[in-house]
Amino acid sequence: MQYEGEWFDGEAGPVVRPYALTGGLTRPSGERLDLIDMVRAVRMAGQNMPLSPEQADVLQRCPIPVPLVELAADLHLPIGVVRILVSDLRDRGLVTIHRSKSAGLSDLKILQEVVDGLRRL
Amino acid sequence: MAYGVYDHGTATAVTPVTVKIIIAGGFGAGKTTLVGSVSEIRPLQTEETLSERSELVDSLYGVEQKSTTTVAMDFGRITIRDDLVVYLFGTPGQRRFWFMWDDLSYGALGAVVLADERRLADCFPSIDYFERNNIPFVVAVNSFDDAQHHSLETITQALSLSGSVPVIRCDARRRTSSRDVLVTLAEHAIARHHTARFR
Repeated sequence: MQYEGEWFDGEAGPVVRPYALTGGLTRPSGERLDLIDMVRAVRMAGQNMPLSPEQADVLQRCPIPVPLVELAADLHLPIGVVRILVSDLRDRGLVTIHRSKSAGLSDLKILQEVVDGLRRL
Repeated sequence: MAYGVYDHGTATAVTPVTVKIIIAGGFGAGKTTLVGSVSEIRPLQTEETLSERSELVDSLYGVEQKSTTTVAMDFGRITIRDDLVVYLFGTPGQRRFWFMWDDLSYGALGAVVLADERRLADCFPSIDYFERNNIPFVVAVNSFDDAQHHSLETITQALSLSGSVPVIRCDARRRTSSRDVLVTLAEHAIARHHTARFR
């Protein structure tokens, strides 16, 4: 029996509040990052550039381009948290973001390539 | 674990073009199954935190599910070529998750609405959403138990779909069947593109 207002275990949510992982930042800076935008580390943090363990994890995982959603799954962090971590890393010049294509809306050539590629599966 | 696109050892300098497809539908309609059968990776899970506790609950054959403070989302990947990768996102269709859908559907190629013909009404909210937001979609009736209770025409009528929305049967457990659903969607998206252009 569960009583109103009492949450247990998983119900109670994460033990660490999301903003504790983002250095107190509550929203990402700059233009919105899409789930499938590709993140790539471009340089290591300098000595005078302290990183949170989570940001160091992000950096470590994208020596090659990795989409935001895979970073989130890999690090077991909510998407919203990873968005903030990544946009902060971008502002500090440590990662670059490659925007995903809005293929459905504009690019017929990509759509056709998707159809052909799927047929070959 | 590394989930980089190049984890099969073909690292190149090219950053792939990435494309999203949404797999929607009612609870238990087979979203995770479809993503899993056609994805080259085991479906991964990620989550978005809800700002407040949802009071509604899902129903699974009448069994109440506990509500949680996060929304889980399954996703899978299909590498078409080194420079073209499709991501599939299986996501709950209930209206209370729509805040996530705006994000998910932005720039998406389109959506698959998985329907369980025993509980057709479960996919109404998904259909509503994609119609309202003018996102190309197909309805795939997941016929996993060979129990075909209604004809596709009847289902099309019951869902009040316009004639141009493809309604097909599938078995989400089978890779080729799931693939065919995705092909149908992509072709539908192309057809809509042409219609829009020549209108």
